[in-house]
Amino acid sequence: MIANYGYRDGSGTYIIAIDTEECNGCGYCIEACPYGVLEITIDPCEPLEEKMVAAVTEGCRWKLKYSCIPCKPASRGDELPCITACEFGAIAHSW
Amino acid sequence: MANQKSQEEYYRWLEYRWTAPDIDWQEGEIITVGVDTGSVSTQAVVMVDGKLYAYSSMRTGANSPESAQRAIDWALEGTGMSLQQIHYIVGTGYGRVNVPAANRTITEIACHSLGAHFIYGNSVRTILDIGGQDAKAIICDGKGRVTNFLMNDKCAAGTGRGMEVFAELVRVPIEQVGERSLQVDEELPTVSSTCVVFAKSEALTLLRQGWNVNAVLAAYIAAMAHRTVELLQRLGVEKELVFTGGLSKNTGLIKRVEEEVGLKALETRLDPQIAGGIGAALFAKALVEKSRKEVAT
Repeated sequence: MIANYGYRDGSGTYIIAIDTEECNGCGYCIEACPYGVLEITIDPCEPLEEKMVAAVTEGCRWKLKYSCIPCKPASRGDELPCITACEFGAIAHSW
Repeated sequence: MANQKSQEEYYRWLEYRWTAPDIDWQEGEIITVGVDTGSVSTQAVVMVDGKLYAYSSMRTGANSPESAQRAIDWALEGTGMSLQQIHYIVGTGYGRVNVPAANRTITEIACHSLGAHFIYGNSVRTILDIGGQDAKAIICDGKGRVTNFLMNDKCAAGTGRGMEVFAELVRVPIEQVGERSLQVDEELPTVSSTCVVFAKSEALTLLRQGWNVNAVLAAYIAAMAHRTVELLQRLGVEKELVFTGGLSKNTGLIKRVEEEVGLKALETRLDPQIAGGIGAALFAKALVEKSRKEVAT
């Protein structure tokens, strides 16, 4: 299951996609994120299985363009910490 | 000086409730309720052994916990059922944490997917849920399990709230705006802005330039439809396509989305606005069955 969090506005599309089949809920991405964009919750689409997976926090879903600025290439110039931290390749950014 | 206020409220839609005439709930084994507390409307759905028994739909207003309770009370009205007889209540929707009676909350994504399957059948793959303040595109499998979803809750453009603003602006009852937007000779250029506030000023300019009300509605709804299709295209549309949520009752929007994606949406006799509530009540039933099984073993 792919969970897309984010939005599009006049300036672009800001979506973080999490592949919940690959994600095992290890939480390394949460430690890696300096802004607290991610959290571990019950898989939003499999409520009966109660599997824990990564998700974008509710407060950040509508301001990802700004929340993720500290890590984006313009200010860092290297790989995104959340993506590097995930050994399963479960996280993708649209921008 | 005389002061007066217009009595008519064009944005206001009818609140309603319904009870199945042929079901005796006292013979049911599992009675569950799903409460979908949205940003604009709240639906409470009562299901007896997984069959639709009663529901209500009303405005949420400023107090979500109170509206959730009122919606449940109204759905139960006249049925003789009381809260104690309900085995499990699941809250869903934007205000799901504000349903005081709920045993558990479940995201509206999962609930809408399951509810759409109940309403439209197993052939559903793409669900477009356009509610009061957000729009969701959901791709699911034959069992109603979500495989991909995208939610746009950043702003009210292209949602029910925006529609209410427009109904009030052009003084056309909200139930008629969709149909009226189709009463134009040709499709006109859409309003350029995706923001409700800017779109409203743009519409005012068009009205001042001599456009008629139907044409302005067409321009706005066409812009809404395009915005919604953009959401869908990111996920990829699969057959069959269905609509849920309050805007599924806006024929002008549905027709334009259908034309843009080149697919005809399925139709139903049930109320597609209660899909979230149905899904929540079905999850509640599954949770009751699961706990009974655990007790038995």
